[in-house]
Amino acid sequence: MKKLINDPRAVVDESVEGFGLAHPHLVTVSADPTYITRKDAPVSGKVGLVSGGGSGHEPLHAGFVGQGMLDAAVPGAVFTSPTPDQILPATLAVNSGAGVVHIVKNYTGDVLNFETAAELAEAEGVSVRTVLVNDDVAVEDSLYTAGRRGVGGTVLVEKIAGAAAERGDDLEAVAAVGERVNANVRTMGVALSACTVPHAGSPSFDLAEDEIEIGIGIHGEPGRHRIPMENADGITDRLLEPVLADLGIASGDKVLLFVNGMGGTPLSELYIVYRRAVQVLAGRGATVERSLVGNYITALEMQGCSISVLRLDDELTELWDAPVHTAALRWGV
Amino acid sequence: MVLDVNWAVKWLTLSAQAMAEHRVELIELDRAIGDSDHGENMDRGFQAVLDKLAEAPPQTPGAALKLTAMTLMSKVGGAAGPLYGTAFLRAATSLGDSAEIEPEAWATALAAARDGIVARGKAESGDKTMVDAWTPAVEAARKAAAAGDADVLTVLVAAAEAAEAGAVATDPMVARKGRASYLGERSAGHRDPGAASSALILRAAVGAAA
Repeated sequence: MKKLINDPRAVVDESVEGFGLAHPHLVTVSADPTYITRKDAPVSGKVGLVSGGGSGHEPLHAGFVGQGMLDAAVPGAVFTSPTPDQILPATLAVNSGAGVVHIVKNYTGDVLNFETAAELAEAEGVSVRTVLVNDDVAVEDSLYTAGRRGVGGTVLVEKIAGAAAERGDDLEAVAAVGERVNANVRTMGVALSACTVPHAGSPSFDLAEDEIEIGIGIHGEPGRHRIPMENADGITDRLLEPVLADLGIASGDKVLLFVNGMGGTPLSELYIVYRRAVQVLAGRGATVERSLVGNYITALEMQGCSISVLRLDDELTELWDAPVHTAALRWGV
Repeated sequence: MVLDVNWAVKWLTLSAQAMAEHRVELIELDRAIGDSDHGENMDRGFQAVLDKLAEAPPQTPGAALKLTAMTLMSKVGGAAGPLYGTAFLRAATSLGDSAEIEPEAWATALAAARDGIVARGKAESGDKTMVDAWTPAVEAARKAAAAGDADVLTVLVAAAEAAEAGAVATDPMVARKGRASYLGERSAGHRDPGAASSALILRAAVGAAA
């Protein structure tokens, strides 16, 4: 294992410290407990948006803290949810009195820790609403699992709910917009190689040179099944089919197409996937109105990608286009 | 042998040792069906428990378990933090302020801990989770405690042995809760890491009384 680290146990602290030094005009980094807040938090009269989760998915979530998106991000250890003693002070720090929305990816650990923190915040008089993101169609049988996971759609929920909060929507309205995004987005991912958690020291699963893992999450956990390697168009078709079927995409639908890199795949390859996905959507009579291509929710150095499709309406499009100024996403300002 | 605060502190100390000694083993179990973090998180959490116990020595077994609960909840993260935190908190509440734990009270505290895990994690027996170590342990402890002249060591041993057997019994199970559930059938053939760490903790309880 070769990694640009000093000490496996200091990875998150040192990385977050560097993030704060790199973006002092955007964020404030609090240490012990660790959380990152928007520089001007709490923004008067605005609903606060807090998200968090295990580290190793950068730029998610700290990279999305700033105007028009998150007010706070709470990083846990690598692939481990943060704890209530971090989530609570982050929630209090961004509460202007208008309440706080927690955006939580549907993993057992994240749900339990955010649930506890929300209870504690309510006990301190802060209204909290939780938007649970569960866009992963790879999980077929939610009855017999912990349910669909939150993956690529999380980025879109954070951007669009962030825009709703920025324009002055109240607590219930911001949560409702977040839930509407979640209800209209589906994602499926593939790994060409595994990733190595720094303190574990060996890859999270073993994948032969000629195999790929379909339906991976974002934690280096194995996916649903593995198949022999195929070309980019074949893999794209395989990922997109269940996404479109589950969403019920029909002729005339307008969508946002998000091709996300898992950390170890070059942008050039992501655009090859994007190209094919546009062809497939056009074949269905759907129009790609907005796009996002890049490494936004990653699994360390994993090779692979995920494809997310969000069905748009006029309001979601307007909120997507609204100005955003964060370390990882910026337009309109 | 009495289960007093000295026993409780020794139990937690031996638990921390067990997590450190089995850190890599737990990481490997989690690597197979999860995300490789369980051993690391448990080791970090119990080291923090030792620091807290040294900072503010508890006066009763219940107080020691409550301190452990709060520390694990705030230091472990993942699912294990809230689940173990809830387990220790419920056990602490069940024990109350008593200075010594009778066999029956220990069995009741274990049951409270198990109920807490079930309430938080919503897992049932057979879902391939730590519940599959805790439920047999509770049953064995109750049975041992119900025997007329039960001594505490017998009860602790019964619980530890049942938890160990329960952890082994998770090997062929297909996970229905937690991150391993995403693997479906492919989760069979691997031991659940949470059941394994639970068995280590209940075994440490025996060591502290020996």
